[in-house]
Amino acid sequence: MKTKLEQEEYFYGHKACAGCGGSIAVRLALKVLGKNTFVVLPAGCMSAVSFVYPQLCFGVNALISPFASTGAMLSGIYVGAKALGLKDVNVVGFAGDGGTADIGLQALSGAIDRGDKIIYICYDNEAYMNTGVQKSSLTPYGARTTTTPAGDRIHGSTSVKKDMFDIVAAHNIAYAATASVGNIPDYIRKVEKASKVQGTSYIHVAAPCPTGWGVDSSDTIAIAKQAIDCGLWYLAEYEDGDYTINKNVKEFTSVKDYLKKQSRFKHLTDEDIETIQVQRDKKWQALRKKAQ
Amino acid sequence: MGPKKQFVSGDEAVAIGVKLAKPLVIAAYPITPQTIVVERLAEMVESGELKSEYMYVESEHSALAAVMGASVLGARTFTATSSQGLLYMAEVLHYSSGGRVPLVMMNANRSVALPWSIFGDQRDSLSLLDSGWIQVYVEDAQESLDMMLQAYAIAEHAEVLTPVMVNLDGFILTHTYECIEIPSEEQVEAFLPNFELANKMDLGAPKNLFFSSSPEHNIGFKYQQHQAMMQSKKIIDEVDKKYEAITTRGYGGLVDAYRCEDADTIIITLGSITGLVRDVVEELREQGEKVGVLKIRYMRPFPDEEIRNHTKTAKSIGVLEKDISFGYQGTVFTNVSSALKESKASLTNYVAGLGGKNISRDEIVTIYKELSEIKETQTVRFVGVEVSKDED
Amino acid sequence: MSRPKVDKTFKISLVEDLPCGTYGKAMQLTETLEGWRNLTPIIDEKACNLCNWCYLVCPEGVIYEEDSKMKIDYRFCKGCGICAKECKKKCIDMAKEDK
Repeated sequence: MKTKLEQEEYFYGHKACAGCGGSIAVRLALKVLGKNTFVVLPAGCMSAVSFVYPQLCFGVNALISPFASTGAMLSGIYVGAKALGLKDVNVVGFAGDGGTADIGLQALSGAIDRGDKIIYICYDNEAYMNTGVQKSSLTPYGARTTTTPAGDRIHGSTSVKKDMFDIVAAHNIAYAATASVGNIPDYIRKVEKASKVQGTSYIHVAAPCPTGWGVDSSDTIAIAKQAIDCGLWYLAEYEDGDYTINKNVKEFTSVKDYLKKQSRFKHLTDEDIETIQVQRDKKWQALRKKAQ
Repeated sequence: MGPKKQFVSGDEAVAIGVKLAKPLVIAAYPITPQTIVVERLAEMVESGELKSEYMYVESEHSALAAVMGASVLGARTFTATSSQGLLYMAEVLHYSSGGRVPLVMMNANRSVALPWSIFGDQRDSLSLLDSGWIQVYVEDAQESLDMMLQAYAIAEHAEVLTPVMVNLDGFILTHTYECIEIPSEEQVEAFLPNFELANKMDLGAPKNLFFSSSPEHNIGFKYQQHQAMMQSKKIIDEVDKKYEAITTRGYGGLVDAYRCEDADTIIITLGSITGLVRDVVEELREQGEKVGVLKIRYMRPFPDEEIRNHTKTAKSIGVLEKDISFGYQGTVFTNVSSALKESKASLTNYVAGLGGKNISRDEIVTIYKELSEIKETQTVRFVGVEVSKDED
Repeated sequence: MSRPKVDKTFKISLVEDLPCGTYGKAMQLTETLEGWRNLTPIIDEKACNLCNWCYLVCPEGVIYEEDSKMKIDYRFCKGCGICAKECKKKCIDMAKEDK
């Protein structure tokens, strides 16, 4: 591994579920960024499990922002640090899919627009997991959540994941990447790259939730890897207006196998799975076109 | 260089006061009638008069969140808003007061939709009295400037650490012009210490802030907050006296009483209407009427003791406010009534000026006349609303 | 390297013991979480080649290399089993803990 990781643990003693994908994302990112880091987390799993007074689990300066405000607080801290003459500091936010694509989207857009030197990391567990698995706009098509219960009439969530990578790229952001805890070396490399960007960077990291997805707690990394292999998660970067596909998968593994491993997709019919495959193919077609 | 004079609007006076306080970070979203404040500040930053990071933000909610972030790093900040914007950031008002972040914000009192109105009343800030912010209501442009400086001294005081909202009546004060005196740099330096936040986020001593608390501890945190605000009364007085010693301008602390010592009839006011009421008091006094006006400056912390002290002789008291808490009374009246529950005076609530409706000298004279004839506590009276006579 | 410390004697008796507002110290730990485990990872030192992959994949950060051995801070291991599943040498066993 080329990136030097700090030995120190900066995220420890937290109360996340056993096997939490989000914790892996936060823990490793902080090891890349080191102790001169200011962390912002909105309401969500990662803040809820690590800031229950008196158990405070961040080894670096960290604070919780209002749910909608991750982008705003990140900018406020960056600007404050600049005004105070603090040099060589990282300002990083860890927000969930709900806190990013739904309630946090406006402030994220504002932050990118300002171009402040901040790193925004969205750990995507594909639902409002902290409040008990409700649908977000990043909940995949067909997923069962408590607000998109799967029955005979409706087979779970009927909307397709909003593409946050496309949305931030459309802002002409300095650097954006998709990543996954299913490919840790790639994720670490991207966090390091983001820390060096003279401007705003965004990383969208797949962070499976064993509790909400209905897989064994030991399967977090394996299921994330499987998502990449079957094409339902892509690894790509956007930099200086150019798209790069990091892993241009030639032959996808079985989408059905990936889906059926998870309780949240158990109910899907073959027709649903076919629909999902078609969506995947369309997405990859568009992505490949952009990366030319 | 000593203090100098300038002919400015209320909004401009705020901007000048803020400039003197030298905030390092400014983040505000434009909304009528606050816009002049943020525009002037932008000009001052551009010209180099004010060395501050001026952040563009995409909403009021983000503005307050942004200055919170900068503040806990140890940077003095400023933001401003009005009505819709104040309510949009309402969540963050509670957030910052509970987080004991010493912010200062100017609010242009403006009516809250619906109906839409850009004109002034006090419903916006009065509907947020419980949000944990210290709230002061100023009367004129001079007080606006002076209070910006006092606000920082109060908010940042180690025993207070509570955010302060300075309220100006929309248009009536924000956009009217007055000749004011601007304190010199030396005077400001003597008055306002540098911002030092003991528990700030620090690379050498990192912190975890804005955490959750369990049912066991939450009430303890809230108790602390309440105690701090109660303690702030003493500090508000001290700060005002210190300011007076340096600039010769003091405002009397939590309230400002005019000719109440022997008054039979008193109107209690909030904000810029006080000026007109004082003129009427002068007029009526010349006719032998024993009238007075008591201006509440701070709605939080609430000056219950001061209100009792200044109304000892009054037989009839009217609370004149630009607010109504639908289904009961004006909020100022409810607060005042509870302070005066032992008083023998009759208390009447006059709701006026909503949505910018003008309050005339004649209407105030009528109020004093009515008050002198009232024998027991009345219900709410709306001023300037014609209701058909055959309504029961 | 030293593991984060835990102060189990930490107690709030009076309001005065609370910090002023929500200002807390970084990495202030007052309780451990070993009670969460059903299964416990045991590393076969002889089979282990110190690749440190388990160190990377652990969501809690409780596996670390020290004195040429992979060690586990069992105070905070929740027994999720990711280390065992991901170990390339298959030398971590998830054992039932004797309570």
